[in-house]
Amino acid sequence: MRIKFQRDQLLFLGCAIAFIVIVQVLISTGVLSNFWSTLLRIGGVMAIVILGLNLIYGFNGQFSLGQWGFYAIGAYAAADITFRWTQQNSASGLVIMFLIVLMVGLSIFGVARLLSRVRGMDPLSGFTLYLIGVIIAAYISIVIGRPLINPISNLLQALPQGLALQIVFFLAVLLAGGLAAEVSYLFGLPVLTLGSDYFGIATLGLTIIVKVLLDNSDTMLGFEEMKGARGMIGIPKIGSWMWISVFLLVVIIITRNLLNSSHGRALISVREDELAGKAMGIDVALQKNIAFVIGSFFAGLAGGLYAHINGFLHPNTFNFIRSFDPMIIIVFGGLGSVSGTVVAAFAWALVLEGILRLVLPEGFETWRFVVYPILLLLLMLLKPKGLLGGFEFPFIRQVMPPLRKSASSSNSSEPNPGNNPS
Amino acid sequence: MTDQVMTQSTASPSILKIENLNKNFGGLRAVKDFNLAFNTGALVGLIGPNGAGKTTVFNLITGIYSVTNGTIRFKNQNLLGMQPFEITRQGIARTFQNIRLFNNLTVLDNVRIAYHPHANYSMGDSLLRTSRFSQREKELTEKAQDFLAVFNLHDRQAEIASSLPYGEQRRLEIARALAAEPELLLLDEPAAGMNSKEIAALMELIHFIRDKFKLTILLIEHQMRVVMGVCESITVMDFGEVIARGNPEEIQNNPKVIEAYLGRGAAALSQRLSEKRDYVTGS
Repeated sequence: MRIKFQRDQLLFLGCAIAFIVIVQVLISTGVLSNFWSTLLRIGGVMAIVILGLNLIYGFNGQFSLGQWGFYAIGAYAAADITFRWTQQNSASGLVIMFLIVLMVGLSIFGVARLLSRVRGMDPLSGFTLYLIGVIIAAYISIVIGRPLINPISNLLQALPQGLALQIVFFLAVLLAGGLAAEVSYLFGLPVLTLGSDYFGIATLGLTIIVKVLLDNSDTMLGFEEMKGARGMIGIPKIGSWMWISVFLLVVIIITRNLLNSSHGRALISVREDELAGKAMGIDVALQKNIAFVIGSFFAGLAGGLYAHINGFLHPNTFNFIRSFDPMIIIVFGGLGSVSGTVVAAFAWALVLEGILRLVLPEGFETWRFVVYPILLLLLMLLKPKGLLGGFEFPFIRQVMPPLRKSASSSNSSEPNPGNNPS
Repeated sequence: MTDQVMTQSTASPSILKIENLNKNFGGLRAVKDFNLAFNTGALVGLIGPNGAGKTTVFNLITGIYSVTNGTIRFKNQNLLGMQPFEITRQGIARTFQNIRLFNNLTVLDNVRIAYHPHANYSMGDSLLRTSRFSQREKELTEKAQDFLAVFNLHDRQAEIASSLPYGEQRRLEIARALAAEPELLLLDEPAAGMNSKEIAALMELIHFIRDKFKLTILLIEHQMRVVMGVCESITVMDFGEVIARGNPEEIQNNPKVIEAYLGRGAAALSQRLSEKRDYVTGS
C-alpha cells in the first residue's frame, strides 16, 4: 500500500517536471512562439488563481467574486517592488513591503490571541481592534524600514545583476501573496459571517473597490509609478514559464496535501453542511477564514506572476466584469476538482485567445466571444460535472484506506443492526 | 426536579442539569421553565406532540439557539454562551431529526470529520506530510473504520453517504456522532421513517452503544414502541412545558399525556376504560 502511494507521488512529480521541461525546451528552441508561450504562462497564472478560488468556492462553498480583487492587489504589489528595484535601483519597495507583511501578520496574530480569551465579542468590535493593530503595525514598519532601505539596496547590488533581480522577483511574488492573504483575513472577518449569496455581493464590492483605488493609484494612494488609469509600465518582463510552472506545481501540492488531511475534510464539511459540521465540533467560522486566506494567498501569488508576463498593468484588467472569468473556468473545470480546474485554466487560455484566433477566418476574430459561450454551453450540457467530470489524477486523488479485517472480528458477539435486507 | 440541591462545592451527580430554561421566538414562548436533570449512564426520553418544543430543547443544549434565560450545566460546567462546536468538544454530540450527513463525501470521511477536533496535528504537518501526520492520520482512519465496523458499515466506507439506504444513513449519523467521542448523546427522532424491523434493530443498537461506549443518552422520539422499550425515564412536553415525568408505565397511564396526544375525549375514554378494567379485574 505504502509503495503504491509513493509510486503515485513519483509518477505525478515525474510527469509534471517532464511537462514543465518539455515546454521550456520548446520555448527556448523557438518552436513555441512568444505568442503561445505567453498564453501558456497566462494559463498557468489562471490555474493558480482558480486553485485558490476552488478552495473558497469549490471546497469551502463560499461564493466569492473577490478573487479578482486579491489578484489585482498581488499584481500591483509585486509590480511596485520590482519596478522600484529595476527603475530606481532601490530596494525600498521590497524592504517596506517585507516589514509591512511581517508586522501586520504579527499584529493580526497578536490580536487574534488576545480576542480568543474574550468570549462573546461582537465581530465588528473585533474587526475594529484588528484594524487599529494593523494601522499601528504598518506605521511602525515604515518607520523602522526607512533607515534599512539603503544598506539592503547596497547588499543586493553587490550580487550579480540577474541573480539579484530574480531574488527580488521571487520575494516580491511571495510578499504579494502575503499581502493579499492579510487583506483577505481582515476583509473576511466581518464579511464571512454573511450567508453565501450576500458574501458573493460583498466580495464583488471588494473587487470594485480595488479597481477604483487602482484607477486613482497615483493620486489617492500616492504611488506615482502606478500611473493610475493610464496603466503601469516599466515592470521587468521576468515572469518566465519556469517560475510560473514551479509556483503552480507548489500550489497544486499544497492544495492536495491540505485537502487530503483532517484540516481539508473539516474545510469540505462546511460546504456540505454547516450545521452538521458545528455539531461535529468543527469551528465553521475558522474553517471559512482559513479557506479564504489560503485562496487569496494563491490569488496574490498569481497576480505577482501575472504582472511580470507583459510588463504592463492596467486597472481595466482587474475590472469586476473579468472577475467572472475565474468563476466560469471553475465551473467549466468542475467545482471541487483540482485536476479539472488546472486543465480548464490552460484550456481556457489556449482556446479563447489562441486556437479560436487561428480557426476563425481573418476579420472574424472577435467572433470568438460568440463561439466561446457556445462552447461553454455545449460543455455544460454534455458534461455537467465539468471538463474531467470528477476525475482526479492519481497523485491528487484521495487514497481509500484498505478495509480492516481485524475490526470485524472484535464485535462478533455483538448485535448486527445492519443485517436488514433493505 | 427544582428541589435538587444546587451547591457549587459538592459535585452534582447530574451529568446534565437544565434549570428554568426559557426560549422565546418573538412573542412565541417555545420553551417555558423547562427543568431536566439526569445522571451519568441514564437513558432518558423526551416526548411530546409535534411542536411541543423538544427539538428546540436540543438546539438550546447544543448552542444552535441562544437561550433566553435559564441555565444549562454539563458536568457542572455552564454551557451558556459557548459556540456549538465548543459544546461538542465538551462532550455532547447529537443527531438530527432530518438526517444531516455530509452528503457528497464518503462514509469513511463522514466519520473522520467528526474526529477532526481530536486529530492533533497542525496544518503545517499536513502540508509537509510529516511522520506525525501519517501516524496520526493512520490512527484516526483505523478508529473511524472500527466505528464503521461496529455499525456494520465497514464495507461501505468508500460509498458516497447520500447513496446509502435510509436505515444505514441513520446508523451512519449515529456512528458519526459517536466518533466525536461524546459522553452525552442526543438522538433526535432516530426511528423516524424506519420500518418495524429497522426499529427493532435500532432499539438493540441504542442499548448496545450505551453499554459499549459508557454513554448517557437523551432521546426524542415519536415511536412509542422505541420510547417505552428503551428509556428508563421519560419527560413529556406540550406547548413548551413539561406536563409529566416518570418511568414508561407511569407515563403510559398518565391522563395528561393521553390528553396532550389524543385530546380530552380520548383521555376521558381511556380513564373510563381503565376504570372498567379495574372493575372487571375486581381490584
